[in-house]
Amino acid sequence: MTDLLDKQTAQERSTGTGAGFAPVLPVDIRACALSKSFGDTLIFSDVSFGLSRGEAVAIVGSNGTGKSTLLRCIMGLIAADSGQVEMLGTNVSAARPAELRKLRAQVGLVSQKHNLVPRLSVLSNVVHGLLGQHPGLRHWSQALAPTGSREAAMEALGKVGLADLANRRADRLSGGQSQRVAIARALVGQPKILFADEPTASLDPAAGEDVMDLFFSLARKQGVTVVFISHHMSHALTYGDRVLGLAGKKLRLDTRADHLNEAELRELYD
Amino acid sequence: MTDISHPARFERPSALAFLGYAVGLVIIFWSFAGAGFSLDKVISSPPRFADFLDRAFPPNLEPKVLSRLGWKMVETLQIALAGAVIGVILSLPVALLAARGLIAGPWINQITRTSLGFIRAVPDIAWALVFVVAVGLGPFAGMLAIAIDTIGFCGRFFADDMEAVEKGPSESLTATGARRLDVVACATVPAALPAFISTSLFALEKAVRSSTILGLVGAGGIGIELKVGFDLFDYPTAMTVILMIAVVVIGIEQISSKARSRIIGEQR
Repeated sequence: MTDLLDKQTAQERSTGTGAGFAPVLPVDIRACALSKSFGDTLIFSDVSFGLSRGEAVAIVGSNGTGKSTLLRCIMGLIAADSGQVEMLGTNVSAARPAELRKLRAQVGLVSQKHNLVPRLSVLSNVVHGLLGQHPGLRHWSQALAPTGSREAAMEALGKVGLADLANRRADRLSGGQSQRVAIARALVGQPKILFADEPTASLDPAAGEDVMDLFFSLARKQGVTVVFISHHMSHALTYGDRVLGLAGKKLRLDTRADHLNEAELRELYD
Repeated sequence: MTDISHPARFERPSALAFLGYAVGLVIIFWSFAGAGFSLDKVISSPPRFADFLDRAFPPNLEPKVLSRLGWKMVETLQIALAGAVIGVILSLPVALLAARGLIAGPWINQITRTSLGFIRAVPDIAWALVFVVAVGLGPFAGMLAIAIDTIGFCGRFFADDMEAVEKGPSESLTATGARRLDVVACATVPAALPAFISTSLFALEKAVRSSTILGLVGAGGIGIELKVGFDLFDYPTAMTVILMIAVVVIGIEQISSKARSRIIGEQR
């Protein structure tokens, strides 16, 4: 692992890839030569990159290029076939379950389908965001949660403008409200890294813009590293500091967003 | 005009399929023979059935008999409710072990599922006989029989319900570092809860039906009254028991059905 990571760091220094600038900040995520197949179908191979603290990185690419799979490999939700991932100083690929849980308690995930628990209240859903840090019965429901956790959850809901809906059932929210609650759940544990898998895919354009504005204003305020998948080129260029592009089962693009325009990005989809 | 030939209405079966159909038919006729099927008896039974009805009607509605049977029916419902509640509660941890991909590994899943299959394979009346031997005659044996029968039924279906829930919420909680048990408690169980309640209501209906006959083997409830009625040729009392069972079972099914449609109606 160390050899691979050293090699990657040297490559970043010599080629200027990775951030495209001298990495003065600590590296939060480093992926080395990742490959993944499902059965006989190769999804991607030899994907390597490093992400510095506080960076916002967009992952783009056509359907089926493995963006979500890559995200899940980074988080250790599924295992890569080969290659290694280091996140916040922990080797994800070799981590034991307890180490993985400790690591994941420092990250948040916002998904395309929001993934709230439908029959529970908004507040309980947000309290669940603290389960990584506080395992056990007391965080199974807002009714059992300690005062500090309830206050943290209410504060997170306040930040997304939904404190007044704390008692509403999650399945009675609009799509935009639901995604805001998912953001509150992801942020309540003060994560160091936030992952977002097409957070606006199920929203109408206006709600999508609102959610992205809110998501990034909160993430920037907390100085969080953000990795997000998007099919919207404008989102990738507006909210991302850097863009990673997957095409033809490889990482074809790794460059600063302000060095790109939509036309160049579109080539990735051709 | 283009000449379009129509496909055949029926496909000619292959030789193997034909053999399969023939073997199937032979097995069915063989089963009829083994079951002592007799057309003579079918033809001669209506007069005998009419004779039974003639002797059973009117049912015995003496207040003393009704009071005795009423209390036995209450005991029957107590056996059913207590057994079903204990069975449903114990089914949850069993189902957690049986459900694939939740908290237990494949070996434990398989062992638990096989055990549940065994419990279901043994009829409730046989469980009642076993518990009569173990704890003695009376309603407690019946309650235990209902409880174990409910575990076999609910354990399997709760596990299937949990396996079928949408995996997204679980993945989101796993991604925040939650333990497996926490993920199951916070995402899987709440999502499966309407299905659990629906299955539990079916289990209660089943328990009420079963508990009415457990008395035949001395495991409490109204079944013993039915047996005594027939043994003593007291058909009017036996008919009262049959009618009481029918009214109670249909009533429980109606209540359960209404409760179920309300709960499932609340689902998204």
